[in-house]
Amino acid sequence: MRFSRVLAGVATVSAAALAFAGCSPAADDSETITIVYQKTDGFVALDELFQKVKPEFEAANPGVTVELEPIVADEGDYATKLALMQQSAETAPDVFYEDTFRVRSDVDAGYLLNLDDHLAEWEDWEQFNDGAKEAGRADDGSVYAVPLGTDTRGIWYSKSVLEAAGVALPWEPKSWEEILETARAVKAASPDKVAFNVYSGKPAGEGSVMQGFGMLMYGTDDTLYDADEQKWVTGSEGFVDSLAFIETLYGEGLAPAPDVALDGSMWQKLFGEWFPGGQIAGTIEGSWSPSFWKQGGSYEWPEYVDDIGVAAFPTQNGQGDGAVSLSGGWTLAVGAQSQNPDAAFDFLAMALDRENALEYNIANSQIAVRADVAEDPAYLEANPFIGFFTDLVSVTHFRPATADYPQISAEIQAATEAVMTGQMSPEEAAAAYDEAVIGIVGDENVTQ
Amino acid sequence: MVASTSALRDGAVRPSRERPNSRDGRSSRTSIARFLPVVPSILLLALFMAGPVIWSVTISFTNTALTGRNAKDPSWVGFENYTRLLQDPGFPVSVWLTVVFVVASAVIGQNVLGLVIALLLGRVGRVTHAIVTTIVVGAWVLPEIVAAFAAYAYFADDGTLNQLLAGIGIDGANWLYEFPMLAVILANVWRGTAFSMMVYEAALNDVPPEITEAAVIDGAGGLKRLIWVTIPMIRGSIATNLMLITLQTLAVFTLIWVMTKGGPGISSTTLPILAYQEAFKFQEIGYGSAIAVVMILIGAVFSVLYLRTLRPGRDA
Repeated sequence: MRFSRVLAGVATVSAAALAFAGCSPAADDSETITIVYQKTDGFVALDELFQKVKPEFEAANPGVTVELEPIVADEGDYATKLALMQQSAETAPDVFYEDTFRVRSDVDAGYLLNLDDHLAEWEDWEQFNDGAKEAGRADDGSVYAVPLGTDTRGIWYSKSVLEAAGVALPWEPKSWEEILETARAVKAASPDKVAFNVYSGKPAGEGSVMQGFGMLMYGTDDTLYDADEQKWVTGSEGFVDSLAFIETLYGEGLAPAPDVALDGSMWQKLFGEWFPGGQIAGTIEGSWSPSFWKQGGSYEWPEYVDDIGVAAFPTQNGQGDGAVSLSGGWTLAVGAQSQNPDAAFDFLAMALDRENALEYNIANSQIAVRADVAEDPAYLEANPFIGFFTDLVSVTHFRPATADYPQISAEIQAATEAVMTGQMSPEEAAAAYDEAVIGIVGDENVTQ
Repeated sequence: MVASTSALRDGAVRPSRERPNSRDGRSSRTSIARFLPVVPSILLLALFMAGPVIWSVTISFTNTALTGRNAKDPSWVGFENYTRLLQDPGFPVSVWLTVVFVVASAVIGQNVLGLVIALLLGRVGRVTHAIVTTIVVGAWVLPEIVAAFAAYAYFADDGTLNQLLAGIGIDGANWLYEFPMLAVILANVWRGTAFSMMVYEAALNDVPPEITEAAVIDGAGGLKRLIWVTIPMIRGSIATNLMLITLQTLAVFTLIWVMTKGGPGISSTTLPILAYQEAFKFQEIGYGSAIAVVMILIGAVFSVLYLRTLRPGRDA
């Protein structure tokens, strides 16, 4: 009896609290659209874009206020914070910056608005290439997000460091073994330099998969996900081999010291100190790298044009196309709980129009997804590597487009960390991964 | 929770023992009236403490997630999260690390160091007393995030400690990477000792000087006096202190997260870190809540243990 009285009390107080919450100025909210996006020390291009679009949009739409809410966090924390904001209509954003690999998962969670009707009336939509149109499509066949640009990945190397180690330039490794040989040569010539970096471990987040494990895995004879059968692959030789490559790289001291690599901000050192200072021979990195070094970038280094070389990342033994790349990219999406979806979409459309997309793709060294931007001379001349990385699109892979991917990606990151720190052998880490994948998708969605 | 039941028992049982006629109607009305002033605080406790606890217990039986279909329509999965937790090879490691962290940094580190400092402070002059207290309490008044960052800067590879060691020609280890548990334990001792010290200082001030003097006359030396007179006299404070610092230390998150993020690998992943990782990195709120519930249980076990063994006024 006493317990029920307490419960009644709880109910009363909660109801009062809810009533108070309901009194917040909800009426005005429909005239305000909130834009949530990531902003970091090294990533301000999107902030600059929105700062520019905000006054233009407000001038074109009298009565509508745009509220910019940048989240200063790394990608993992940004995703967590965004997901938490989505839990309540009070905090859910109207327009937000969303990684392509989270689109399907977040559509399933009911966070994204179906954009089909809006896109049908948007004449710019036909400028987007087919890959870009797919990036925002969910399992139900509708489009929920519009890409800002895409990217590819390859090897970035320091010509001066490789020359000093006696490596012939241009360096074009044809197999994993050749990468290891070159890395060992660099290590022998200058033991205090980083010979070759492959991102690994949980702190680097999705980068450990995209600029790390994934580049290895997609160059083996196996695959992570069988798209035809729609099943996740466990127990594959390629998975163990990929982990073994990481183990060799870190175990022999060719990669950055594990304690440095496990600092989530290592990429800042890599761009800001290691390459300009000639302390690293090579790394897997994305097509966006010049955005840091170019004039106005976070780590300005004009000499990169002459000192940096690029190469395609080879498959395990040079099989298949001989090279491999991964593509991702980010999108803008409209919140499913938006009070004013029309204004929100108009903002999205304005931020992605020809002029703004061109400016953003150049500022952030993105690979353009709009045909009219891709053929613009200003885009093509923006940095000397853009042609090379645009060509890598022919060998690129996209991540498994399933709602489970973000969770499975986190498990891959954990596996790479266990191997790089020597806590597990590649076989053990692969077995732990297999078990985790079965736990996430269930026995019936897994194949050997 | 356990603390409040014992407080209720002390408040309710003892007076009734003194007044055997308290069971008639008139005084039961009085006791309801007496109960009224605490109603608001019980309501607040229910709202802000029991509420979240009930919520996390409930959610731990579902597959609630931050993304994917389980974010929209979570379903009831019974004990699945708990069975999965028991099969998780990382879980026993995490429990062990939590126990090591609590025992080494709180039960031994903060508790013993706090008592020793409090005892020594009783014998020094006012100036020394003020200086030592300021230094010790300094770590405690810092906001947790600031203290955590200070500890990180101290133990980092190119941090203060290794620079000091380099000054005397020693090439220090990379503490946060090679000895992550040692680093976070020392950091927690540094941060938390002030609390135990202040509790014990207050308790020692309450030990009547006549009793200590009597022991001296009986010929008891310093150590004997401590073991046979002082410690039994402050047993209640020891129990309270142990319980508070144990529960505090069980919940330490910011300090470890800032210093090591639970790594390398899982080498410093205590239960709060594990719960956070599962809930917010792997986005499985339900599974993370199951870990949180296990933490509540561990805390309850510790509390009951302290209350049983060290309750004041109970013969050992």
